[in-house]
Amino acid sequence: MSASSMAPVEAPREDNMTTFLTRRAALLAAATCAATIGLAAIAEAQTSIKIGYAISRTGPNTGGAAVTTIPNYELWVKEVNAAGGIKLGDKRVPIEVVHYDDRSNAEEAVRALERLINQDKVDFILPPWGTGLNLAVGPTLNREGYPHLAATAVTDRAPELAKRWPNSFWLLGTSADAAKSLVELLNKLRDEKKIGDTVAMVSIADGFGIDLSGAARPALTNAKFKLAYDKTYPIGTQDLAPIINEIKALNPDVFIAFSYPPDTLALTEQSRIAGLNPKVFYTGVGTAFPLYKQKFGKNTEGVMGIGGWSGDSPAIKDYLARHKASAANGAEPDRWASAVTYASLQMLQQAIERVGKVDRAAVIKDLQTGTFDTVIGKVQLENNMPTRYWWVGQWQDGEFYGIAPAGNEGARQAIVPKPAWVAP
Amino acid sequence: MSTRTAGLGALALAALALLALVPRLGNAYYLALAISLLQYTVLATAWGLFSGPTRYVSLATTAFFGVGAYTVAVLGEILPWPLVLLIAAALGAIVAAIVGLSTLRLSGVYFVIFTFGLTELIRQLVVWFEVNKSRVLGRYVFVNITQADIYWQLLALTAAVFLLGWLIARSRLGFALRVIGEDETVAKHCGINTTFAKVALFTISATIMTLVGAIMAPRWTYIEPSIAFNSMISFQVLIMALLGGAHRLWGPVLGAVPLTLLFELLSARFPNTFTIILGCIFLLIVYMLPRGVAGLFEKLSTTSAGKTTQRVAT
Repeated sequence: MSASSMAPVEAPREDNMTTFLTRRAALLAAATCAATIGLAAIAEAQTSIKIGYAISRTGPNTGGAAVTTIPNYELWVKEVNAAGGIKLGDKRVPIEVVHYDDRSNAEEAVRALERLINQDKVDFILPPWGTGLNLAVGPTLNREGYPHLAATAVTDRAPELAKRWPNSFWLLGTSADAAKSLVELLNKLRDEKKIGDTVAMVSIADGFGIDLSGAARPALTNAKFKLAYDKTYPIGTQDLAPIINEIKALNPDVFIAFSYPPDTLALTEQSRIAGLNPKVFYTGVGTAFPLYKQKFGKNTEGVMGIGGWSGDSPAIKDYLARHKASAANGAEPDRWASAVTYASLQMLQQAIERVGKVDRAAVIKDLQTGTFDTVIGKVQLENNMPTRYWWVGQWQDGEFYGIAPAGNEGARQAIVPKPAWVAP
Repeated sequence: MSTRTAGLGALALAALALLALVPRLGNAYYLALAISLLQYTVLATAWGLFSGPTRYVSLATTAFFGVGAYTVAVLGEILPWPLVLLIAAALGAIVAAIVGLSTLRLSGVYFVIFTFGLTELIRQLVVWFEVNKSRVLGRYVFVNITQADIYWQLLALTAAVFLLGWLIARSRLGFALRVIGEDETVAKHCGINTTFAKVALFTISATIMTLVGAIMAPRWTYIEPSIAFNSMISFQVLIMALLGGAHRLWGPVLGAVPLTLLFELLSARFPNTFTIILGCIFLLIVYMLPRGVAGLFEKLSTTSAGKTTQRVAT
């Protein structure tokens, strides 16, 4: 896994001594060589590009990392190396990977990155999964001057963070935007007389749920929606039936759940059982997961959720096929951050190739200003953030299409009212 | 005896001066490792301060660590740093005193379970407050504190813990606690105010843990309850102190240093089988070294001493 010498930690004293001596000898030899051969030695050195990452393989973040991040990192490395590697000037060099487990722990993530930078001496670093860990490693990547392409972090402080750390790129946007887009969609549907104005909202008592409900609450009130139900539930709540039953009694037009994957599944299941079938049924993280489709099959039809992608675009179709072929047991990507993650890797590669050498400052500059051709279309960043996002998706005919913002290329029309639940 | 103490003191000072130079090495990785070593050294030693003599097994380390970290999350950007640390310490002490007064009458497994529950209780309280009152979960700490600053603060705290431990062991309080550890009923009959002694030491130990949490918080930029109240810390500290031997002031260090290095090595070399190997090592520790490394040293020294007396006798 790690090719570097960790000798000081594990080797007995004699070994330590020999490593030290050989290192000194090597250093001496290298110095002599460099003196005689000059720059040739340095030019020869770049025979591969070393890329490192620390990702949650254990702990609470494992599920998200295993669906969204790890398969994309692996797919990208496999594809790039199959094509001969990353193009540096007129030759291609393969990618060499060093990776660790951050155990879903901020301290561990920071330390793993410091190990990657100082011990393994990697050329580039791919970010961890999730908002918390991306924020935790931000200062380290900024201090050491590595580009930081955060593809799985949603935070309202993204614009501010991009200013504070100019090497960081926040590709998934802000939760305020997410809530705004959803309310805009609801507003449009109400203008078209497709829905009324009663909204029931539940949110998980964790970062994501609080941020989104915090942004949605004023947006809904300003748009003159009637917030008939507005409650939070703690992480790990097993029994969501009481919430669904209370909401069913209110008979709302719109059901919004800013939920995490386990409760996204539980809320959907419970709604089906209780027969809560409002005109708009929206759930949070996890709706865009392939697991959701596997579990609910035909019942996904008309369900809205956070994320989405241009399911009709040939680039996305091609990406889906390649992902399925590459991933273990043919797993599909999720329909939100997966494609963005893969696009971020394409951006990194294109930036490195345009710069033509491992010059991290120049690569950061190129990421800030360049235009990139990716699976999610042409991307050009403004203030280190993309200008377009998919915020609301809807399951239509077994695919999760982006429906809002409506101005996005490939946006589909929403199916409203949602069809009735069918027996599984 | 006093020359020996002076010698030890000089040695400790020399070690301190040497350790203070670590950030000058200029390698962020070694600095990170050193921070981790100091963090666990302080936590395990503070744990041993209370649990060693009284033999109460506490799983509340995370609770206090988290209180410290959260104090920084809330106040770090508003108040000057020394004041933040002071408030964190005060909060830790208050919580510990309340908890101590209400629970140190429990003993054995009841105490263990209570302390474990305490972490969850405080965490849920923080979550409840953030969700319903401040309506943010996850706070950002942007304070102007470098990794080297964190290291030096931890080093100072390490020195303070050892000095404190050394002083307590020589005080009436330390003696009282040793008696309580041997037999609490006897201690009561001797006229020792057992509740006061236990609460006092519990508070001291908890205050130090709180300070560690406060000092470490700026390392992460982003703090949310699941980061600040990560119960793994409690278990790691416990196993470190047990490996080292909690009945000696210097015991927990003997566990904290090798185990921190081991965790580091395992996560670097065996990232996928980390937990399996770790579990096996824990089993080995419990079966092979029930009294810790310190106990092993003592056993070795007493057996060699025993041999000499025998030889003298014959």
